[in-house]
Amino acid sequence: MTVIWKTAATLGALTFSAAAQAEDFAWFEGDKLVLTNGVSTIEGASGGGLASWATIAGRELENGVGISGHATIVELSDYGWQSHGVSVGIANRVELSYARQNFDTRDVGAALRIGKGYKLNQDVYSAKVRLFGDLVYGDPLVPQVSVGVQHKRNLDGPIAALVGAGSDEGTDYTLSATKLFLSHSVLASATVRLTNANQNGLLGFGNASGKGKSVEFEGSLAYQLSRRFVLGAEYRTKPDNLGLGEEDWFDLFAAYAVTDNVTVTGAYVDLGSIATFENQRGTFLSAQIAF
Amino acid sequence: MVVSIIAALLMQQVPEENVDWDKEFGVEERVRDPETGEFPVDPYTQSNDNAGAKPFSSDSLAREFGEQEGIRRIADRLVEVSKEDPRISEIFVSHDMVRLKRTLFEQFCYILNAGCDYTGRDMKTAHTDMGLRKADLNALVENLQFVMREQGIAFAAQNRLLSKLAPMSYDLIER
Ligand code: HEM
Repeated sequence: MTVIWKTAATLGALTFSAAAQAEDFAWFEGDKLVLTNGVSTIEGASGGGLASWATIAGRELENGVGISGHATIVELSDYGWQSHGVSVGIANRVELSYARQNFDTRDVGAALRIGKGYKLNQDVYSAKVRLFGDLVYGDPLVPQVSVGVQHKRNLDGPIAALVGAGSDEGTDYTLSATKLFLSHSVLASATVRLTNANQNGLLGFGNASGKGKSVEFEGSLAYQLSRRFVLGAEYRTKPDNLGLGEEDWFDLFAAYAVTDNVTVTGAYVDLGSIATFENQRGTFLSAQIAF
Repeated sequence: MVVSIIAALLMQQVPEENVDWDKEFGVEERVRDPETGEFPVDPYTQSNDNAGAKPFSSDSLAREFGEQEGIRRIADRLVEVSKEDPRISEIFVSHDMVRLKRTLFEQFCYILNAGCDYTGRDMKTAHTDMGLRKADLNALVENLQFVMREQGIAFAAQNRLLSKLAPMSYDLIER
């Protein structure tokens, strides 16, 4: 476990010192093409909103450091979601991010006897490294490919244990491939995720009988209407370790770059059944600022 | 010691007035071709392969770009805008903009299947030693998008031209 974080920290430091040696090293220069840094996902890593992409956050290129911050709210049938976080991009190679998730159980909290409006909270620490390829340039059939790790710490361990989770912390591993197919103005992204998170980790990880990680898939397909405007759809499969009928996630989103630095994303999301309360659909709104 | 240096300096001949220093130092004077207005370049083999991309098989995009006339406007404007763009203007200093406008036009015209041959150099040769970075390429792409927008080219058509140019990146940027 700690090996991964040491590796991520070392990679970040190495990439940073390599970039810092460039004659024209730049902090927050904003050299990326607009929208090619993606938007912040609910876990903090850059992507399309729900699904992670192979993109690196921040608007820096190989000679710089970039940064982004975001805030997201999701209004569901029975629940309210709020999350926010920051990401640092180093040399368009390494992404380090943190996100805090707050999940308001509202009336369901009373029904589950944990208290009306009880909030489940979680911290997510992530690192992503671009292995090869470029989102826009190079061979049109070679995507940008990145690996990521997301360490999640659920701050409501007793509730996670109550619903039958095996642990209050877990680590996801992701492998993503993303490409903008200019000839069709289409962006496609696919990610495989090794995870045992229940509802993203808000209901803990695994189950009492020690269920291990499973391979899940997340994909996005988006159409570029203009330099600044993208419409898309996403799908994300999830395990059902707790036997509560956890379902896959789906969304239809629109992302608009108001300026080169500010992106707003709106979506219709269908998060299925959450803690036996079915049909959790609603609106997703997110704002990101990036340099 | 000091005295001898001063003496040596004093004894130096005053340089003659109209010395051709370029000639003295073996610098070739560049003269524009009276017909084309371009500076001569080192010999190279001409071929459409130098354009760096296969042309579209249909001519529908050529129509969307306004045929040769529209494409020429885009190439001209791209050079004008980029030359004035503080992010990359320095790179264009002392290069032949007359030739660049012509060769860029030919390249776009050839790729868009609007009835031209490309007579310029290949992308690698044309951009060696410029030390181009992805940031420069992004700036040029943004300028091209700006110019195409200015000419009212539909976004999907803009992207189709970019789809032919984007794969050339590894011939243009050093890393
Ligand atoms: C996909 C992108 C690009 C394409 C398609 C392209 C195309 C061309 C073409 C056709 C030529 C003329 C070759 C010849 O004279 O035989 C040329 C030359 C040149 N390009 Fe590019 N270019 C690209 C990117 C860039 C970038 C990013 C810069 C700098 C910011 C740049 C700066 C120049 C300069 C200064 C010359 C003149 C070279 C000389 O005088 O020898 N190009 N380019």
